Amino acid sequence: MTATLTPTPTPTPSPDSDGHTSGQLSRIHIALIAVGAVAVGAATWAPSGAVNWARWIIVSVLVYIVATYVISRIVEGGRKATDRVVAAIVTCGFLIVMLPLVSVVWTVIDRGAARFDATFFTETMRLTPDDMAAQNEGAAVGGAYHAIVGTLIVTGLATAFSVPFGLFTAIYLVEYGRGKLARGITSMVDVMTGIPSIVAGLFAYALFELFFGPGTRTGLAGGVALTVLMTPVVVRSSEEMLRLVPNELREASYALGVPKWKTIVKVVIPTAIAGILTGITLAIARVIGETAPLLVTVGLAQDTNYNPFDGRMTTLPVYTYYQYVQPGIPPEAGQDRAWAAALALVVIVAILFTIARILAKILKPKGLR
Amino acid sequence: MSIDRPTTERHQMSVEPNTTAVATSTPTLTDVVDHRIEVSDLNIFYGDFRAVADVSMTIEPKSITALIGPSGCGKSTFLRSLNRMHEVIDGAYVQGHVRLNGEDLYGPGVDPVAVRRKVGMVFQRPNPFPTMSIYDNVIAGMKLNSRRLRKAETDEIVERSLRGANLWEEVKDRLDKPGSGLSGGQQQRLCIARATAVEPDVLLMDEPCSALDPISTLAIEQLMLELREHFTIVIVTHNMQQAARVSERTGFFNIEGTGKPGRLVEIDDTATMFSNPSQQATQDYVTGRFG
Repeated sequence: MTATLTPTPTPTPSPDSDGHTSGQLSRIHIALIAVGAVAVGAATWAPSGAVNWARWIIVSVLVYIVATYVISRIVEGGRKATDRVVAAIVTCGFLIVMLPLVSVVWTVIDRGAARFDATFFTETMRLTPDDMAAQNEGAAVGGAYHAIVGTLIVTGLATAFSVPFGLFTAIYLVEYGRGKLARGITSMVDVMTGIPSIVAGLFAYALFELFFGPGTRTGLAGGVALTVLMTPVVVRSSEEMLRLVPNELREASYALGVPKWKTIVKVVIPTAIAGILTGITLAIARVIGETAPLLVTVGLAQDTNYNPFDGRMTTLPVYTYYQYVQPGIPPEAGQDRAWAAALALVVIVAILFTIARILAKILKPKGLR
Repeated sequence: MSIDRPTTERHQMSVEPNTTAVATSTPTLTDVVDHRIEVSDLNIFYGDFRAVADVSMTIEPKSITALIGPSGCGKSTFLRSLNRMHEVIDGAYVQGHVRLNGEDLYGPGVDPVAVRRKVGMVFQRPNPFPTMSIYDNVIAGMKLNSRRLRKAETDEIVERSLRGANLWEEVKDRLDKPGSGLSGGQQQRLCIARATAVEPDVLLMDEPCSALDPISTLAIEQLMLELREHFTIVIVTHNMQQAARVSERTGFFNIEGTGKPGRLVEIDDTATMFSNPSQQATQDYVTGRFG
């Protein structure tokens, strides 16, 4: 046979050929195009010498997308070029969305690091005249211990209220709810999800005013306000997770003569627990940074208050707010404390997510990993 | 309805694994309870829709009864009505009677949960509990019902059930591993072990091999022939060769058209059904002329 004797001709990359072969762009080519696009973007502001971030990003993105299309069209052909352009748009979109997130985290870490020290986590804002004098000379005094305690207590109360409410509602909707009642609850949950947080705060304030008189501000009232915000989130996420449990598992349990409630407790919930925990953590993250409702219901205190049933408390978001708008003298001291408090809040949320991730990994059904 | 069987029988079951042959049942014990299922004038509804109409049949104890018929003819629905599993679907209900050992499963005051403890079920797709190990899957029936058992007892139940399901040798070294890590055929045998561990009188199988390869199917079929010694088995299958291979009696369900209820055309000895059925429709179906 001649084919075995003659060396196989290497397919020449040509989009015009009728064959099944065409040129291909490797990752390196794409990376080179990206670098070139960024360089072109830089060239637009370089002559003036002043960095223009917005123009740099916009020009780079546009050049990258157009260049990818043109080059891919020439080398690889039309279908592949379209694919490359869509991929380029998706990638650029993702990167642009990431920018604010990275920026926020970076700014909080950068500015919060100044007062992210031991004093910050052990002291409160009950400052003695000596402290004030030291602050005037630039010493690091005052902390957010009381605010961290307050945030943990108020958020903890909200979690303790909303997890049972939310989980039981979700179980009702998935396992029992039928007809008008279930539909009504579902739409009420949707409405609750959209409640502005200040309205939840005013609701809790009004509720406690009704029972304990005007001006009542307690950690409990803050917990109730956050519960109003948190419960619908817990219901929604738990509901979705419970619906993901295959019906076959419920049937397998029923067929073994297991009553419905035991099936829910021992088969359905354990199968969905990882997702439910993640949902609860997301709900906590949603409310832990709430400022407005806590401003109304919990107020502000200079010292630590461990009792959620009596007296005002400080929470981290409210603390951040007041340290920023009333920084004291010199203003840098308060502003640094505000940034450090913001950083502490981010760290608390990050710790919560890590714990939830680890728990989810441990509790996740082995076969579904 | 009492869910306990006579103690003699329970004892007989528990010494089972020590004997080499699985197929040793003492005749005197067989007579204690015969597990015969008598269905009379059974109509099954989903809301307004009558899915199965006027079924009457007797299912012989300690034997395999196969139900065949085209898709949508109501044979699975009928099967699920035998342990009241169809009731988990909204709006499903039944008219008529199903008697097990003379007791009407649909009598007043009968708890469907108690019925399901006597009439176990194996499903089309293997469904081991993903949160549980192989060991826990086998004793799930006891564990989920919070029956307190000593470790020695559960060990024995697990080994007996897994041996009974021809799975012991394959999994004995990894009982603490998740059940969903097994192959499809092994998972289905695990589900059979789980169903038999609670010692039901009757075992319902809803197309247990339709998701399995021929080798796993063969393993399940051999297993069914062994299980026949202890359980009354009713199997729904689309595979007529399977019905011919394993069952003593075969029932043929058919449907006249869409929206019409499924009916039992006839039920007879398997050999008769596949060679010389009394109804033309059965003849057509088993010879592959329609459906």
